[in-house]
Amino acid sequence: MGIVEAKNLVHEYITRDEEGNVEGIQVALDHLDLSVKPGQFIAVLGHNGSGKSTFAKHINALLTPTEGTLIVDGLDVSDENHVYDIRQRAGMVFQNPDNQIIASVVQEDVGFGPENLGVPTEQIWERVEQSLKSVGMWKYREHSPNKLSGGQKQRVAIAGVMAMEPKCIILDEPTAMLDPDGRKEVLHAVHKLNKEKGVTIILITHYMEEVVDADYVYVMDQGKVVMEGNPRGIFSQVDALQEHRLDVPQITALAHELKNSGLPIPDGILTRQELIEALAKIK
Amino acid sequence: MLRDITLGQYYPADSVIHKLDPRTKLFGTLLFIISVFSFDGLLGFGVITLFMFGIIYLSKVPLSFMVRGLRAIVILLLIAGALNLFLTPGQPLITLWKIVITKEGVRNASLMTVRMIYLIMGTSVMTLTTTPNQLTDGLEKSLRPLSKIHVPVHEIAMMMSIALRFIPILIEETDKIMKAQMARGADFESGGLIKKAKNMVPLLVPLFVSAFRRANDLALAMEARCYVGGDGRTKMKPLVYEKRDVGAYAVVIVYFVIVVLVKSLL
Repeated sequence: MGIVEAKNLVHEYITRDEEGNVEGIQVALDHLDLSVKPGQFIAVLGHNGSGKSTFAKHINALLTPTEGTLIVDGLDVSDENHVYDIRQRAGMVFQNPDNQIIASVVQEDVGFGPENLGVPTEQIWERVEQSLKSVGMWKYREHSPNKLSGGQKQRVAIAGVMAMEPKCIILDEPTAMLDPDGRKEVLHAVHKLNKEKGVTIILITHYMEEVVDADYVYVMDQGKVVMEGNPRGIFSQVDALQEHRLDVPQITALAHELKNSGLPIPDGILTRQELIEALAKIK
Repeated sequence: MLRDITLGQYYPADSVIHKLDPRTKLFGTLLFIISVFSFDGLLGFGVITLFMFGIIYLSKVPLSFMVRGLRAIVILLLIAGALNLFLTPGQPLITLWKIVITKEGVRNASLMTVRMIYLIMGTSVMTLTTTPNQLTDGLEKSLRPLSKIHVPVHEIAMMMSIALRFIPILIEETDKIMKAQMARGADFESGGLIKKAKNMVPLLVPLFVSAFRRANDLALAMEARCYVGGDGRTKMKPLVYEKRDVGAYAVVIVYFVIVVLVKSLL
């Protein structure tokens, strides 16, 4: 049994006019099937409007399915009694770092989640210390979030989720508003949590570079999973990816072009080093 | 330009007053205000002055910071003083043509001025030694009994602390929007008051839209972190009275009794 199991998941956004009549139905998730094993680092790729963020909000029980089931750590998200258990077990990090930090001091913000859960005061401090250290933000604990960089703020947000001791963290495009350095910082922190604490990570993104190190990748388009596999397998299908309006990493694209022009290079090159080795072998 | 606005006026220092529980300071300030408006006579004035300057000395905040707060009310002070001085009926002291200054007028005017100056200085001791967060925490806990009559005390305190967090962000955003509008030829500087106010409209509309969007995001993020309101929450920094707070309560109450005694003896 996986930690996140989606079966036949459907979500429809219904727009209504002023009298409450249905004006239009937009299918955001269309019979989605997906399974995540505990401890995995999963990436969900998709272009804008592919339904990936809608899916993320389901895992956190912020949205409920129109049809189908979604089980998070054995709990059904449609069951209202479990909403807070699910939110504690599957924490969520959002896109905009400014709009998810509640307190005006870093450590107080990290303490916000445990406060809500009713954790005793001494344990809150322990949790805050541990989670700030796990993302490398401990020395900024007394700072105001306004003075931090985007990557640092996002790491504080991740620490805020970690303090709730979740089994799984969903990151909904956490790097979309960051500069390249901030992006690296955040990804590094997330990978570290995955490896050292065994937290299941579900990274939702449209940056292909970020999924290279994932254990398993799902590609979504128009509410469906259209491709799945390990990063190497996914990136070897450059043409299929481009059909879903996704760009492959530069190195992979270069390798693909070289192969198309006749060089004997294997599919699914992910790093510069691999390409260098493949080219060296040709002679 | 907009970045220069400082929020609250906390003056960091390591003093007894800074370390007091915010509830103690709120209570002390309340009693001080009552005493300022009820004292009478020179002896009472002396007691209050002694107490206030004693506290200011203990707080290690330079006196100039307190005086700075007075600048905002100089005009108010002058008007109130003048009205009291010239319009109080009673025993004439000086008569200049039609203007009559009475003995009672002088007395009222000086009393009024002293009261207002002390009021501002006394309350600024509290705002200078307490961070805005401590202040909201203190208010939340002191006003908790009101939640029994359905006053949303926790929610109000939460809103205050969120507002404190977002004011700098919104100021920055205003700055950005202003620059974007100025780059496209908007004019925020020239013209009279009405024209300036009208020019602000293209600034306020996008600011409001963005503020609502942020509020929506924030609400979602708070829900995702299991926020369900004040019930069942624990505190990371609970307010706990310490020995010095008991002492401070005693000092404030003794002071208040003295002021009342002085007043009733005269």
